[in-house]
Order: sequence, then C-alpha cells, then structure tokens
Amino acid sequence: MDWQALWLSIRLGVLSILVLLPLAVFIGRMLAFRAIRGKPLIEAAVALPLVLPPTVLGFYLLVAFGSGSWIGEIWERLFGGPLVFTFQGLLLASVIVNLPFAIQPAQRAFEAIGADVREAAATCGMSWWRTLWRIELPLAWPGLLTGMVLTFAHTLGEFGVVLMVGGSIPGETKTVAIAIYDRVQVFDDAAAGQMAAVLLLISIATIAASYALSQRVVRRDV
Amino acid sequence: MSDAAGPDRSIHVRMRLDAPVRLELAFSVAPGELLALIGPSGSGKSTALRTIAGLHAPGDGRIVCAGRVWYDSASGIGLAPRRRRVGLVFQSYALFPHLTAAENVMEALTDLAPPERRQRAFALLERMHLDGLGDRRPSQLSGGQRQRVAVARALARRPDVLLLDEPFSAVDHTTRRRLQREMAELRRDLSMPVILVTHDIDEVVRLADTVVLLAGGKVAATGAVNDVLARLDLPDIAERLDAGTVLTATVKAHDEAEGVTRLDHPAGAIALPLTHEAIGSKVRLRVRARDVALAIGEPGRISIRNRLAATVTDLAPLPSGTIDVKLDAGGEPLIAQVTRDAVRELELAPGRKVTALIKSAALDR
Repeated sequence: MDWQALWLSIRLGVLSILVLLPLAVFIGRMLAFRAIRGKPLIEAAVALPLVLPPTVLGFYLLVAFGSGSWIGEIWERLFGGPLVFTFQGLLLASVIVNLPFAIQPAQRAFEAIGADVREAAATCGMSWWRTLWRIELPLAWPGLLTGMVLTFAHTLGEFGVVLMVGGSIPGETKTVAIAIYDRVQVFDDAAAGQMAAVLLLISIATIAASYALSQRVVRRDV
Repeated sequence: MSDAAGPDRSIHVRMRLDAPVRLELAFSVAPGELLALIGPSGSGKSTALRTIAGLHAPGDGRIVCAGRVWYDSASGIGLAPRRRRVGLVFQSYALFPHLTAAENVMEALTDLAPPERRQRAFALLERMHLDGLGDRRPSQLSGGQRQRVAVARALARRPDVLLLDEPFSAVDHTTRRRLQREMAELRRDLSMPVILVTHDIDEVVRLADTVVLLAGGKVAATGAVNDVLARLDLPDIAERLDAGTVLTATVKAHDEAEGVTRLDHPAGAIALPLTHEAIGSKVRLRVRARDVALAIGEPGRISIRNRLAATVTDLAPLPSGTIDVKLDAGGEPLIAQVTRDAVRELELAPGRKVTALIKSAALDR
C-alpha cells in the first residue's frame, strides 16, 4: 500500500475543491444570471475538458506550463521553480480539468433560483453580498456540493492528465491512480488490488456523504 | 398635491416604455391613498409596478417618491431597487423558501440592530394575524398565510410606497375574500401611498380610492373609482371589465333568521346575503349594470327586495344592441343595462324618475 500516493491524491482533491469552490460560485453565478456577450463561447470552453481526451489535454497543459511558455516563465520568475512535474503544476492542471465538474452543477443550481426571489431580495434592501450569502448560496448549496463531490472523485481517478503534466515523482506528483498502474506494471497485483479497494471505499463514502448532506438540505426545505 | 405643512409624501410617476410592452402613463398617489392600476392582461400593469420598484428601467420618465428622485431620464438618475424605500408584494409572493416566516421578514429589516429585527419581525407577523407561525417555512404555510408573510415583509422596510402586484390572484375564492377584507382593514393604518395592480374589478371596488384604467398601452380613464366605473364613454373597455358601479351603504342589522344583512342607503333600504361587517360600518357594494332592472313607480308583488329611487341622467347605446341607462340613486351613480324596447316602453330619458331593482343575491361582498 502506497500511503504517500494516497495522501497526495487526497491533498490534491481537497486543494482542487478549495480553489474551485469560489470559481464555481462566481463563474456559475455569472453564467446563470448575467446576460453576457459570448456566453456560449465561455460555456463551451468550460465544457471542453469533458470531451477532450485526457492525453490531449495533458499534452497542451504540458506545453503551456513548460519553461518555454509565458505561463511557465512567469511561474519560474515568481516562485523560482518549474511548474511542470511539480505538485503546484499538478494542482493547476487538476483545477482546469475539473472546471466543468464544478461549474456546471453550480450554474444549474443558480439558474434554478427564481428571478422573483432575487428581485424580492433587492426590494427588501439587501446588499449584493447579503443576497449572495443569505439567499443565493443556501439555495444553490446542493448544486455546489454536487460539483465539489464530483471534483474530488474525479481528481482521485484522473490518470492521463496527471501522467502527462506530473510524471510519476513519488511524494510530488505520484497519485494513487498512477501508483496502481505502476504496481500492475511490475505484476504486484496484491498491492494494486489493495489500493483499488481503498479508492473504491473512499468513492463510496464520498458519494454517500454527499447524498446524506443533500437529503438534509432537502428536508430542511420541506 | 404637496402639503404646505410638511414635505410631499406622495409618489409621482411618469413613464414611457417601448419594451417589453408599449406603455405610456402618468399618475400621482397621495399618502394613505390606494390607487388601482387595472387593465386587461398584457396591458403593462405589472411592468409599470416593476418600473416603480426599479426592477425595470423605463426609457423615458420620472419617478419621485416622498420628495426623493428615484428615476429621472432627463438627468440620468436611476436608483437601484434596494436604494428605493419600496415594499413590493409579488404575485408569486417570492418568499425565501429556505428561511422561516420571521427570517423572511427580518431580511427586510437589515437597517436595524439584530435584536431589534427579531422583535419587529414578530410584531409585524402578529399584525398580519400570523402569531405563532414565525418559525414555519413558506412550504409549511397555506397560500393565504404566505401572502400575509409577503405583505409583512413588504411593510418591514417602512416603505415610502407599497406596491401590490395581483396579491390575491394565487389563492382560492374564499381566501381571496378574506385577504381582501384584511387588506381593507390594514390599509386604514397605512400612511404611505399604495398601488395595487389587478385585473379584477371587484378588487378595485373593495379596496381602491382611485383607479387608472390601462388599455392599448395608454391610460384610458383615471379618477375616483366610482367616476371611472360609471363612465359611459368607455363601452368596449366597460364591457370587458363587466360594467358596474359602487353603492356605499351603512350596515343597519344582521337578520340571522332570514339570512340577510340590512343596510341603509339614501335611495332606499338594501338587503344582501348575511355578512359579518360591524353594525354602523360603511360597506361598498358593487352593482353590475346587468343586475339592475328598472320599473316606473312602485312595482307590485315581486321577488326583488332592493328597490332604490333613482333618476335617469344619461343613456348610452352599446355595440351589443343594449342600452346603458345611467342613474342617480341618492347621489351615487348606478347603471342599468336594458333593451331598446324597454327604453321606449318606459319612456326613459334624462330626468325620468324610476325604481331601480337589484336582486339581493347579485350583491356580493
């Protein structure tokens, strides 16, 4: 059992959620409420990671993050180290890959809030922040939660992009999905099976927790 | 309409819209006055209300409330809804579904300190006859209770104008009557202008002081409720709205045995199906033109109980072939819809003394 790889995967999943939650709130909300020009284009860009083969996406991220690119160059100048084959680079890739999983459920959830309810908040004299905090977030919460669960589960299982951008550096970029693949490569089926079972359990626990939470949200509304 | 003794607490509205409907109107509402905006659906009534609240920007117009300019296209002023002291009751009520009744009201009290909010919210709910229901969520309340929470929330901001967007349309007939009675009581204590959007002429009769009748994107008639309803020069609108007038009578007695309430009116006694209005209180009765029959002199044995002495003041032929006969009944206008035949036979003409007959069952409260 590669505990280091498992811990790295969980850390990656949690940090991806922390970065994506505010993004999902603001981009999802904007797409739901505002009549912005080029909205279909933005929605298509957000959905792209869903349809792109992971290796293709990973390849472009590798090129974009490399020291020859402007992103890689700015990163190196800011932090004095490379972006590719590091945990930071892996996290950035994970955030991009998970954009549709986090933003789309958030957008649907915000869209489901009636226009009259938001107008009522305005005529009650509520500020923008108060409306977001007291009305919009509580009502959109089940959708945001779904997005975060999907992001976490998807991060644990992501393989292609991780391999392309991160390689398989133990403790830095070697996630549990990569570790399982490595074990199978050397015919260590026992270790691979152990890790696969742990991932299965974590996935079931995550889904169960999210169902229980959203059930509670629903009950509260009745 | 400005009061020399104090600042002008009225609302003055003038707007011209091209979208979503073409609409041009102007009116003022004094403090404590209830103005009904009435017209067929799609005439822009709700849009006008939303424009006043700031949820929709008119192209051209000016809205001044309690001395503050809320909107002025000429000087480019347009206050956001939350900067206008406005109470709006939505047709759907638009309550916050995840908050309790009290929390719904408290969200409109954010200018107060938190402990004060709770106290005021419960006081408002009590005033709306919702004692003990403050901790319920909207889904745990009946339609009528939700409407009262929406009214309490709209009043919580101590608004400079109260806007009611078809507030009685989402409940059943019985609840509607009760809510309308409560609103009639409540509005006696309200010191701000009130604007009610409705397509229900009965609602206008029960609640409004003045009325703005919208048709084809324009104001077709405006004035005191009785004057507008009694106008004979609006035949097609009048027909669509089911023409009629209002009689104001005083409750004299409730006759439980006979199942009638007896009222006094300058033109004669009126009986109607038993109601529960207090003795001595003034009651407004809507009388539809098609429910009024005319007789010359006192008719013989007849089942119709309500006989009012009236004088013909005007005649107006309708496109449908009938004739609207306008009467003066003890100082109040009354309209009877009769056939040409009847006009000839009874020799109806301005100045003719008649007896107006109204079936008790046609008088509903």
